Amino acid sequence: MSLFKERQYVRIRVDREADDSLWMKCKACGELVFKRRVRENNNICPNCGEYFFLTAGERIESLVDPGSFEDLTAPIVTDDPLGFVDSQPYSDRLREAQEKTSLLDAVVIGRAAIDGVPVILGAMDFRFIGGSMGSVMGEQLCRAMETAIAEHRAFVLVSSSGGARIQEGMFSLLQMAKTVTVRRHLAEAGLPFLSVMAYPTSGGVQASIASLGDILIAEKGALIGFAGRRVIQQTISEELPQHFQTESFALERGQIDRVARREDLRDELALALGYFVEAR
Amino acid sequence: MSDERTLDLLEAKIEELRQLNSADGIDLSKEIARLEEKLDHLRQKLYANLSDWERVKLARHPKRPYALDYLQSAFEGFYELRGDRVVGDDRALLAGLARLGGRTVVVLAQQKGRTTEENKERYFGMPRPQGFRKARRAIQLADRFGFPLVSLIDTPGAYPGLEAEEHNVGATIAESLLAMAEARVPTLAVVIGEGGSGGALAIGLADCVLMLENAIFSVITPEGAASILWKDKDKAKEAASALQMTADRLLALGLIDGIIPEPLGGAHRDAAKTSAALQSELVRRLAELEVIPAEDRRRRRDARYRAIGRFRPAPMRDPEAPAAPEGAVRD
Ligand SMILES: [Zn+2]
Repeated sequence: MSLFKERQYVRIRVDREADDSLWMKCKACGELVFKRRVRENNNICPNCGEYFFLTAGERIESLVDPGSFEDLTAPIVTDDPLGFVDSQPYSDRLREAQEKTSLLDAVVIGRAAIDGVPVILGAMDFRFIGGSMGSVMGEQLCRAMETAIAEHRAFVLVSSSGGARIQEGMFSLLQMAKTVTVRRHLAEAGLPFLSVMAYPTSGGVQASIASLGDILIAEKGALIGFAGRRVIQQTISEELPQHFQTESFALERGQIDRVARREDLRDELALALGYFVEAR
Repeated sequence: MSDERTLDLLEAKIEELRQLNSADGIDLSKEIARLEEKLDHLRQKLYANLSDWERVKLARHPKRPYALDYLQSAFEGFYELRGDRVVGDDRALLAGLARLGGRTVVVLAQQKGRTTEENKERYFGMPRPQGFRKARRAIQLADRFGFPLVSLIDTPGAYPGLEAEEHNVGATIAESLLAMAEARVPTLAVVIGEGGSGGALAIGLADCVLMLENAIFSVITPEGAASILWKDKDKAKEAASALQMTADRLLALGLIDGIIPEPLGGAHRDAAKTSAALQSELVRRLAELEVIPAEDRRRRRDARYRAIGRFRPAPMRDPEAPAAPEGAVRD
């Protein structure tokens, strides 16, 4: 059963090409692995334990109580306010991303229960232009937090984003200010915000909403940081440590509260949420 | 801008003639007037229709007045508060008390260096976590005592470095933003030169956001966008236009509240005049904000940021077409 069976507002051609083959080659160990095994294993290589990307839908399914997810993602698309064209028009990039992912933008939000605790959950999808935050993601995240406030639920956000959506210019940069503003309302309402940082949580997303959780939980294999490795190396010709911006780097430096393996993330969230439920 | 040299030479020549005129009692006023007309003409030609890229260059012009110049001219008695109370003091993001139009305000000021030595100290105006933590401290101080907050923004962006990442620069930007969102005092932000990405926005969430006429405010530098999106560093000019980072564009897009005019040719052509314009606009805007009750003011600010974004309803599914399968989710 599809989590999103109620959504039917947009015509999207879904690229099933990747699903047609039975086997896939792990980019980490090079082994040919049975695709279905990988999927049943939270997109983790059964041979070497490498984490492959989870789509927003797969992420949600891996975290919520079965059948509890109700999609609240608003049926909106970016207006391409700058009419942006680089080597390719932004509108084309968008259409490609929408076709590839069958999503309207890079985040899915909805009501769900995690181990029986009612939450509002958001999950970013890195396949959609690097999970970048533009007008639509900013709006969805604000609506998610506002619904959490209205329904007195906890807010759980799983970030997987390279940062701001450059093609929306200042509209995207200002989503940082927008989401931070509504995050303040969530705090004033006394509702907990659990921020999960997956691969990657960087740029403008890390420098705003993702870092402002009451509890910060990194998924093992995450990348957490503001500036990219390449940008830093261009600026300073300094050698960066091997585990730079990994979850262990962040944990050692006091940047996050906890690290969880993908297969344990649901239990980790359930455990954390439990403390807030008891307090109520 | 090689034409700038011609301007400089003309200006120097006029000044020279003026001194001769007063010293020797020879009447050179006709000659001076002729040269001034020529100068005006040249300025008009050069600056009346600046391209986006020319504005980027003006915003980064090495002679452009920096925050400390305005702190000395548009403000009085800047009393600097230093240090983040944790690891150090950032010299690219300054904080302190000052007087504006006779009353106490808290100022946050991003400061570039004029010399190589000064730029080494100031990291070319790129703040580090120390700076953003200090900013947060200053914002909270302003809020505690009801002092209005004024941010002078001028930075290429937060400093990208190993140490900055080790000290979680992203989170310090987020915390500074949150402190600005929390503030109950009137908050004003002015981009005086470069408003570079998150490092600029960190002190730019305000009741009123202004830009100097030739300032820029952008999610990424034109050079950065050129290399990421065009995969070609030479496309910075195109990127500068496409990103719509100039004051006039951002005002038209409804993302800023006003533009402070600069003298023809840029703020550095007449720093005193620019500073006077900045001061009077700040005083005027502050007076406007102060008559609004604090809670209403913050609600208005919340509503302003809540409304930022451009989107439209997704196209409805064609009822003739088969239901879209959900590729993101397995059965
Ligand atoms: Zn493997």
